[in-house]
Amino acid sequence: MRLRAGPLFRHGVLMSAVLITLLPIVFTAFTSFKFRRDIISGRFFDFERTLVNYERLFEGSRAVFGQLTVNSLIAGIGSTLLVLFIASLGAYTLSRFRWPKRVSALILGWLLFVYMLPPITFAGPFYLIARQIGLFDTPAVLVIAHSVLTLPFAVWLLQSFFAEIPRELEEAASLDGCSRAGTFWRVALPITLPGLYATAILTFVFSWKDFLFALVLTSTPRGGTIPIGIASFVQEWDLRYGEMAAATMLAAIPAIILVLFAQRHIIKGMTMGAVKG
Amino acid sequence: MGRLLNEHFPLIAIAPLVVALLVLTLYPAVQLVRMAFSDVGLVSGGTTWTFVGLDHLRTLAADRVARIAFTNTLIFTVVVVPIEAALGLLLAYLVNQTRTLGTFYKTVFIVPLLLPPIAIGALWRLMLDYNYGVVNQALLAFGIGGPPWLASPSLALPMVMLVDVWHWTSFMFLIFLAGVSSIPIELGEAAEVDGASPWQVFRDVVLPILKPTIVVALMMRTILAFKVFDVPYLLTGGGPGTATEMINIYIEKVFFQQFRVGYGGMLTLLTALILSTFVIVYQQLSRRVEAEA
Repeated sequence: MRLRAGPLFRHGVLMSAVLITLLPIVFTAFTSFKFRRDIISGRFFDFERTLVNYERLFEGSRAVFGQLTVNSLIAGIGSTLLVLFIASLGAYTLSRFRWPKRVSALILGWLLFVYMLPPITFAGPFYLIARQIGLFDTPAVLVIAHSVLTLPFAVWLLQSFFAEIPRELEEAASLDGCSRAGTFWRVALPITLPGLYATAILTFVFSWKDFLFALVLTSTPRGGTIPIGIASFVQEWDLRYGEMAAATMLAAIPAIILVLFAQRHIIKGMTMGAVKG
Repeated sequence: MGRLLNEHFPLIAIAPLVVALLVLTLYPAVQLVRMAFSDVGLVSGGTTWTFVGLDHLRTLAADRVARIAFTNTLIFTVVVVPIEAALGLLLAYLVNQTRTLGTFYKTVFIVPLLLPPIAIGALWRLMLDYNYGVVNQALLAFGIGGPPWLASPSLALPMVMLVDVWHWTSFMFLIFLAGVSSIPIELGEAAEVDGASPWQVFRDVVLPILKPTIVVALMMRTILAFKVFDVPYLLTGGGPGTATEMINIYIEKVFFQQFRVGYGGMLTLLTALILSTFVIVYQQLSRRVEAEA
């Protein structure tokens, strides 16, 4: 006889947790497809469907979400490419060549330290620097700021992937006359492709999720991102529920795509900070 | 040229990382320290710096809101972290025992971690809206007039905590799932054969094995909880009054709404110092945990 927690209890608890997790998202999705009158009268399910809230985000003279979406994408893709370049080279050399113990410990320790500091630590100095070099309120400044946010875990994550490459493989490559740079480019990188995917996905997501840096380093839709657009709804006296819900769903799109298609790649990276120390 | 690249490849390859760290993290850190002891004036296209010594510390001593923000952040952290740990552990333990639907549960539970926190704030801001939020409309269907969840001084902080639990339990779940799934099933089964109840198995077999993971997870989450900003910024903006004022929200106000750059720098520096102490303790602890494992 097995005395484990019964399956009924188990699935009961887990299904309640699933409901609690999904219901706020489902309700907001519904709200985003409703006319204002259905939101106000509290029709949960039997409402007339409409795309008017999404249209208002992107069309019309005051609509800014087209620009904000472009900026979010620039910041996300730009910082991902920059971080992948810096981190893959750095992580590879750190895990593959013999450095004086103090040098590698200093670099990795500093990265971890930066990772754990609140981002607001950098917000003030970045603000002053951005004003000085004339990048204030541009997507470019977010590319740089988001790189600081994601560089630490990118290096740590990639390092753990590079460490798994058998050394014999590289030795064989160098015996075949492959240069060190060639070994990195033609042997190490292709093998760690899954690691690069995971790192790229997480770097993009972190950039996409950021609100603080965008709030501090931009001031108009010229440089702002989607989270800035969402936050601006609550500053209005009359809350535009439908549009706010639509903007929230827009911000959730990468999450939905990732959960459906790339779930396995990202779990390792998301908890990494907690297991590495 | 090719030979030079080959010989110095390690140095060349690490250069971008080192330069990035120096320019983007070390230089700002130095600026922050300088800021904390200066008055910084923002003039068009530049800044003026005046050294003021420990003036900002004196300002802090008399700053009631800063004290409230610090206390709120502390209360917030002390309440949410254990709740999230307990719930995360429960879910991980149960998911690990199920063979059917395991992937489905895992997939659903990581959703909150992938959403932008500002979107999470917006979800709940819409749900908890006094007039047209789903919660109050549902209550009304039962003839109950719901309270203004986010505008009431006594309810606002608990609501911010509630949303945080919704947001971060997933994180604890993922960490504990890795821990729980590494425990050999036979261990629990052997105890069951000896007549132990499920609760006894959990308490006497699982918990002791997980202890190091739990310690590390609690520390990690505490560090993250201190960074809380986006969700309360959107839900309440720190209000009503100072009911949900948090350190980071207050710093943002001082810095970017009142433009007291120097004082904001001092507040940031102190926060960073407190957290650094915590981080260093955490690193020592997790190294010891790793050595034991």
